[in-house]
Amino acid sequence: MVDFGGWDMPVQYSSLIEEHKAVRERVGVFDVSHMGEIEIRGPEALRLVDHVATNSASKLKIGQAQYSGLLYPHGGFVDDILVHKVADDHFFLCVNASNQDKDYEHIAQHDYFDCIVENAGPRFAQIAIQGPKALATLQKLTPAELAPIKYYWFTDNEVCGTPARIARTGYTGEDGLEIYIAPEEAARIWSAILAAGEEFGIKPAGLGARNTLRLEAKMALYGHEIDATITPWEADLAWIVKLDKGDFIGREALVKQKEQGITRRLIGFEMRGRGIGRDGYEVYIDGARAGWVTSGGPSPTLNKNIGLCYLPINQSEPGRVIHVMVRNQPVEAVTVPTPFYKRAK
Amino acid sequence: MYPENFRYTKEHEWVSTEGGTGTIGITDHAQKELGDIVYVDLPKVGTVIEKGKTLGSVESVKAVSDIYSPVSGEVVAVNEILTSSPEKLNEDPHGAAWLVKIKLSSPGETSDLMSAADYQKYAGEE
Repeated sequence: MVDFGGWDMPVQYSSLIEEHKAVRERVGVFDVSHMGEIEIRGPEALRLVDHVATNSASKLKIGQAQYSGLLYPHGGFVDDILVHKVADDHFFLCVNASNQDKDYEHIAQHDYFDCIVENAGPRFAQIAIQGPKALATLQKLTPAELAPIKYYWFTDNEVCGTPARIARTGYTGEDGLEIYIAPEEAARIWSAILAAGEEFGIKPAGLGARNTLRLEAKMALYGHEIDATITPWEADLAWIVKLDKGDFIGREALVKQKEQGITRRLIGFEMRGRGIGRDGYEVYIDGARAGWVTSGGPSPTLNKNIGLCYLPINQSEPGRVIHVMVRNQPVEAVTVPTPFYKRAK
Repeated sequence: MYPENFRYTKEHEWVSTEGGTGTIGITDHAQKELGDIVYVDLPKVGTVIEKGKTLGSVESVKAVSDIYSPVSGEVVAVNEILTSSPEKLNEDPHGAAWLVKIKLSSPGETSDLMSAADYQKYAGEE
């Protein structure tokens, strides 16, 4: 168990590689109750969400979710979030655990629209069921028809006889579901999911596998690929920015940076030499320091050592030979297109 | 679990001495804590190392851990199996997956290391 922002969380239950493969090949279950939730209610809830978030919440239909960013006025990330539209006057945000209080204050501070903003983390536990057998597993425990729920849609129903928000979302690059439930029901539901998935070879999976899975799928982790100093353009997240939706916090800075052009960009790499590039390691090109590794490690699916790094924009094309400094030794790597892993549909 | 004829460090290495040469490895407790081991970095034969100094490193999927030498001396053999099959460290840390052999320069150095019984207690309490 490790301390993760005040939560005791397992890095692995059995073997990280086994847990990782269970999610890719069968089904794995994650206790992600540490994730934060923020509720926004009121007749002008949509205007507040569109004011603080980069993606266009106006495009959401009821029951639909979207990945989005909260930015500071200078264009750096406060957090990356999932926005769920529960009703015309009700949005439900899933945010990073360690950013929850900061996010809440940021949103409440910019609430010029008389909304009710609630830091709702304590009211929700969250369990992620991920992998090709995720739907078959949870289907045994809910009357909701899961197959018709489209990717990035959700439904409010029941799991094990208790109210649950069931979303077809995830942080693994695999098909799957994330459910939001009352904390007092979480232990019972966790056990029921493990029992329901037994026939499929379900495994409980920890933070370690969650990290290798999301890295293969090139999903950003706050504090690594994104933080207050990084903009969505640099992080290769232009697709969550809708400049044409009207004003929002950070828009002006993003417009300016787009005009001027970015100087650095997130890019994937694969190690060629012996050694593993890890978070924070320096990257050199032609003997000069060029950037740094945001996340890196072995990929259990690909059997390669992979990673993401920031490099100068004019040196960030795929196929470039770089050197990652591994304990003061330069080890050869090559930049590659991402994601590293994409599931077959 | 922990061989009686080995001596153990607080950093979870073991050493087994015979005829002035020490064989060094990491303990079963260490491999369990590290999880799936994917890379082992060891010194070259001929390297002279001091007790307590970094001998190399072991990497699991999740993290890197330094290995500290339990003895001083010259590296006379390196376990090449670990280059191609680092996962052997998870399977047989006290046997086939030894790391290096060191020609001891101060054979008395092992006297302050832990016995198997003491180490078992230490690892269990950690």
